[in-house]
Amino acid sequence: MTRYLARRLALAAGALWAAYTVTFLILFALPGDPVSIMYGGESSDITPEQLAALRAEYGLDQSLPVQYVTQLGHALRGDLGTSVVNGQPVTHLIAEALPPTAQIAGLALVLAILAGGTLAVVATATRSRRLSGFLLSLPPLGVAVPSFWFGLMLVQWFSFEIPIFPALGNQGFSSAVLPAITLALPTSALIAQMLSRSLLHTLREPYVDTALAKGASRTRVHFRHALRNAALPALTVTGLVVGGLLSGAVVTETVFSRAGIGRLTATSVAAQDIPVVQGVVLVAAAVYVLVNLLIDVVYPLLDPRIVTGARRRTAPSAPKVPLVPVPAGGTR
Amino acid sequence: MSSLDALTAGERGPQPPTEAFVPTALDPNTRADQFAATSADRFADAVLEHEDGLTHRGPWRTRLEDLVRRPGLILALVWSLVIVVAAFAPSLLASGDPLAGVPADKLQPPSSAHWFGTDQLGRDLYTRVVHGTHLTLQAALTAVLVGLVVGALVGLVAGFVGGVVDDVAMRVVDVLLSIPALLLSLALITVLGFGTINVAIAVGLANVASVSRIMRSEVLRVRTSVFVEASHAGGSRWWTTLGRHVLPNAIGPVVVLAALELGAAVLAVSSLSFLGYGEPPPAPEWGALVAGGRDYLRTSWWLTTLPGLTIVATVLAAGRISRALDGDPGSNR
Repeated sequence: MTRYLARRLALAAGALWAAYTVTFLILFALPGDPVSIMYGGESSDITPEQLAALRAEYGLDQSLPVQYVTQLGHALRGDLGTSVVNGQPVTHLIAEALPPTAQIAGLALVLAILAGGTLAVVATATRSRRLSGFLLSLPPLGVAVPSFWFGLMLVQWFSFEIPIFPALGNQGFSSAVLPAITLALPTSALIAQMLSRSLLHTLREPYVDTALAKGASRTRVHFRHALRNAALPALTVTGLVVGGLLSGAVVTETVFSRAGIGRLTATSVAAQDIPVVQGVVLVAAAVYVLVNLLIDVVYPLLDPRIVTGARRRTAPSAPKVPLVPVPAGGTR
Repeated sequence: MSSLDALTAGERGPQPPTEAFVPTALDPNTRADQFAATSADRFADAVLEHEDGLTHRGPWRTRLEDLVRRPGLILALVWSLVIVVAAFAPSLLASGDPLAGVPADKLQPPSSAHWFGTDQLGRDLYTRVVHGTHLTLQAALTAVLVGLVVGALVGLVAGFVGGVVDDVAMRVVDVLLSIPALLLSLALITVLGFGTINVAIAVGLANVASVSRIMRSEVLRVRTSVFVEASHAGGSRWWTTLGRHVLPNAIGPVVVLAALELGAAVLAVSSLSFLGYGEPPPAPEWGALVAGGRDYLRTSWWLTTLPGLTIVATVLAAGRISRALDGDPGSNR
């Protein structure tokens, strides 16, 4: 177990370093001059001397490998540079923007698991073919709806037609409801798709027939036998889901004019504030890596075969579910 | 443990085991019906095959008959036809000028004169949506093409060359997959700048990772085939083998993925255009149209609802068609 954990930790650290390198390559090594991009391009009235001074200040006058090593050293000490727009440290800006986003993302995750899980369970449990057909046709619809439009529709119905929730802002719990629903829509569609596919597969396993033959009720078989085993493969997409919530926040927070990491990203891209954009992308990669690390740690507790399987030859093989690629829109 | 649970549950349960057993396993509404349905299908298929053999109907005729049985697919095809016409000959569908407004007619609800209503400057929204199709579709197609070409090349080289090249390429792909696609596109836009083409390139490059992953696995599958071995043994140069034998046999699933990606690309492109990174305001990109209606949400529902529904219908149609391509093995080649 210790070796398993040490290996996972090393892999996570490696993934973070790789993510840093890739963002560095995208943002600093692509053709184009970061300083002139950030300070308004050719139209601005900055003199060449000032540009040169700025380059020296950011260390951009040095060769690419030197820049990379210097910046990586700073990043390891928790310094991701300063915003070009207001000169504040990037880490400070992100730390300030993270809590409101975590609030709606957490609420959205709960909503998505409840809605997606219920849909998958009902669609696979019902004997009415019409109902299950209808329910299973909903996830593709949920993936096809642009979240910026869905958010605006919610505002129109539940803020203007029937004034229940405020249309925008960060005040209290009620202002987080509509953004959370908007964020939850593509996520719940993804979860419903994964879980129903996995459940349908599991329900065909011989042990389900055995349990039924021994007289267990359909409900009991569905929840105790099938759902438990079917939920395990669905766990592996959690990293994808949480990453999707972060990128979904960019659109959602713009729609609802909420402060948060998404709004910070949107304004930084508009202002071409490269250090902040790099910081946000790194945070997203770090969240993905952390969530997957957490899953790696929890997985053996849920399914002991993951660690001991190599030694126990007689252990039954883990339930395999074909992971069909989900449309990229599903994660947005 | 599970079988023990089932046993005790059955013993303790309110109903005797036989009663619990009969309605589930032998329920006439589920299993019997299923069997009847599949056997009827098999019978129909057999009859159809037999008729095919008798009358020598061409593949097109049978395909058309297949289509008639799937109304959703027909609807999707009709809608994409409308979209293609709107993209390449917008004046056939809407003859007006998308940029010229009549101030007296501002913020009119949908009517027979203005199908989608008018905006705050009195511009006809239907005309704007039709003329905006070109921008959005062009960006989405460019994005898919960029992702497909770059991704297929990376996957082809990684899978065919193997070794260190493969290892490095796939580790980079892993990293790219760990960053949400939209954030990756946003980072690229920060460097590339705004505009439809830059948005398209950014969306396309963000998809390179998933395309190359699938391409590589297909190449690995094909590379070990007997006909590739035969091509090597027959003395072909490696690029002939790659281009003539490996590529055509590995590209199928990638093309299906591309069809699926088209819907996702329409979504991504309009999201970025909604955020304001596309063409500057007067251009009627779909995402920008929804964004423009945002300030009039309280009074003029049509300004956001109708362009949004157009996007939904287009994405759904692309998804339906790609699923048909995926399920029909004849069109994968």
